[in-house]
Amino acid sequence: MLRFALDGMAAMFRGGRAYWLWLGFLATLVAIGVLAYARQMQTGLIVTGMSDQVSWGFYISNFTFLVGIAAAAVLLVIPAYIFNRKDVKSVVLIGEGLAVAAVVAAMLFVIVDLGRPDRILHLMPGIGRFNFPQSMLAWDILVLTGYLALNLLIPMYVHYCHYRNREPVLKAYFPFVVLAMFWAISIHTVTAFLFAANTARPFWNLALLAPRFIATAFVSGPALIILVLLVLRRVTRYPIEQSVINTLALIMAFALQISLFFVGAELFTDFYNETAHAASVRYLYFGLEGMNALQPFIWAALAMNVVAVVILSIHSLRRQNRLLVAACVLAFIGIWLEKGIGFVIPGFIPTPLGEVFEYTPTWTEFTVAVGIWALAILIFTLLAKASIAISTGAVRAPTQESAAARPAAT
Amino acid sequence: MMKPQPPTESEAGFDTYRRKFLGNVVKAAGAGVAATATAAWGGSTFVDAMGGFFQDHYQRMSPDEIAAALERIERRAARDYGVDIRCEDTKPLPGTVFGYALNISKCKGYRDCVSACVRENNIGRDSQVQYIRVLEMDEGTLNLESANHYYDPETVPSEGKYYMPVQCMQCDNPPCVKACPTKATWKDPDGIVVIDYDWCIGCRYCMAACPYWARHFNWSKPELGPEDINPDTNYLGNRPRPVGVVEKCHYCTQRTRKGRQPACQEACPTGARIFGNLLDPDSEIRYVLANKKVFRLKEELGAEPKFWYFTD
Repeated sequence: MLRFALDGMAAMFRGGRAYWLWLGFLATLVAIGVLAYARQMQTGLIVTGMSDQVSWGFYISNFTFLVGIAAAAVLLVIPAYIFNRKDVKSVVLIGEGLAVAAVVAAMLFVIVDLGRPDRILHLMPGIGRFNFPQSMLAWDILVLTGYLALNLLIPMYVHYCHYRNREPVLKAYFPFVVLAMFWAISIHTVTAFLFAANTARPFWNLALLAPRFIATAFVSGPALIILVLLVLRRVTRYPIEQSVINTLALIMAFALQISLFFVGAELFTDFYNETAHAASVRYLYFGLEGMNALQPFIWAALAMNVVAVVILSIHSLRRQNRLLVAACVLAFIGIWLEKGIGFVIPGFIPTPLGEVFEYTPTWTEFTVAVGIWALAILIFTLLAKASIAISTGAVRAPTQESAAARPAAT
Repeated sequence: MMKPQPPTESEAGFDTYRRKFLGNVVKAAGAGVAATATAAWGGSTFVDAMGGFFQDHYQRMSPDEIAAALERIERRAARDYGVDIRCEDTKPLPGTVFGYALNISKCKGYRDCVSACVRENNIGRDSQVQYIRVLEMDEGTLNLESANHYYDPETVPSEGKYYMPVQCMQCDNPPCVKACPTKATWKDPDGIVVIDYDWCIGCRYCMAACPYWARHFNWSKPELGPEDINPDTNYLGNRPRPVGVVEKCHYCTQRTRKGRQPACQEACPTGARIFGNLLDPDSEIRYVLANKKVFRLKEELGAEPKFWYFTD
């Protein structure tokens, strides 16, 4: 087992000049983020653009979006194991690597948002006092930690078997695969409930929130996976079938259609007979009291999502990889805007006492966020590197049987 | 869970004695280390920094541990602000649930309650945190969206306006308490929602949950000059707060749990504020609730605030 870990780690750091440049680039961004965070630690969260009025900002926006990415990364698991799609099975482990990176980044975005990260042990059951099951934040911590564990353990078992030249025993890990699927839905549902639970914030206090979150996750997640798979196909020898990409693109098309329908349903309810509860939506789309900082972003998001849904819904367009890439990039940014800053921030505007007070993230927030994103990409790069090395048989336990290299990865 | 156990006279005396004794022991121990390691540990001594780090939740601390925590708070205030403060652990009074009623016919928007509250509760002066927000409302509407938060208190009352102060309503079903992931905030037996500032992790979920915008965050270390400090403080109330934690109105527990009025009521020049024990049938607040047309803000949200508005 130790051997496996060491060999896996060695594989992570074996590569050409381009690979090392890539790692160095990411590490530099992480270091800059750490420096910005150190400054924040020293002075307090005053260095952010947040205020008593808008008490969550860029960090929690990215957290919300990343939970969606994490949830949808396991999406690949469903066709792979339920419908026994061999082509999808080959890239399932990539999806789980993405899930690990996204969960870690999501958790870090919450940690950098804390006023007292030094007291994080107060969350530990036993040592601290964990307000479970009352607090939705307690639920979120629990499901995210569990999800991280599942997405580390399942691929570790599968890779270990490959490393030992054994076929993984489906019966042994399939129950965990099924669990991971439901768990994926749960992490995003719980994150939606975290917001929807607040009767103080009519913008979030909606039953449609969890379905919307799931739908948009099934857009942004596959968009990212498609882009990652296309990159991996180019830079590695890992076999990635076009059929996998086609399936993902189709899932994206349906999910984006449903998402846009949900947006329309909410806009109708808000504006047909407009009440005071629609104030945040009005602020978001049209501005309130002459303040409209989010207006350009939400309209841009809407435009991007509409263009993406047109490309994805027309077969002849979706099947051209170049257009598909465009749709993926547009939808990824579109959902990031809609579900990040376009969702978290307007919940605070106007305040429960009717004050319209705007929020602009500071350079510290941007820099810390870039650092966390870079760390997530770094984690994924290393995991994918090791995974591909083991799956393609480049790294194997040194036994006699390994002389007969296995022909195909599973 | 919290048990309402007000100390008897003799217990209180013994407690003070023990605190002094323990305090001296810790001071003696601390001085030794401080000689070698000052300035480091965020302006704290090594012993205090460690003591603070390992400090337990208020409701789980033994009387000795609470005494040690209070001593640490006093030492920290002396170091940070150069002022000798007294920090006590004021327990809730038995048979008491506090409630507040505010006569909006009388309130003229002078904001004397706001400034009294800031002084009494050691609220940072530059941060613009205020536990009470007085809203200038248009006559004939209760719509908060049209309220003016930043009117000039020198020119009030303005024509066609009325004034509605909003502060923590000490909800009986507080959404903020439910939200807190670490149980750092809870409702004490006298109905006051308090915060253990040494346990809060600063996630600010409670701020998102509060329908009355009553919770405020220390985005930086509260700025207070030595002359700004009110030295009579308590653990769950007005002691100087650390950076990175949430705070809010606590009906002046340092005063009201000793039978005094909250500072806002004392400062109000118009007599608009009625504060008292809801369990006492002869109290003024019970008279108001029984005889005036009272209403509560956002009652439909079900948080059951213990803060009523009424008119003459």
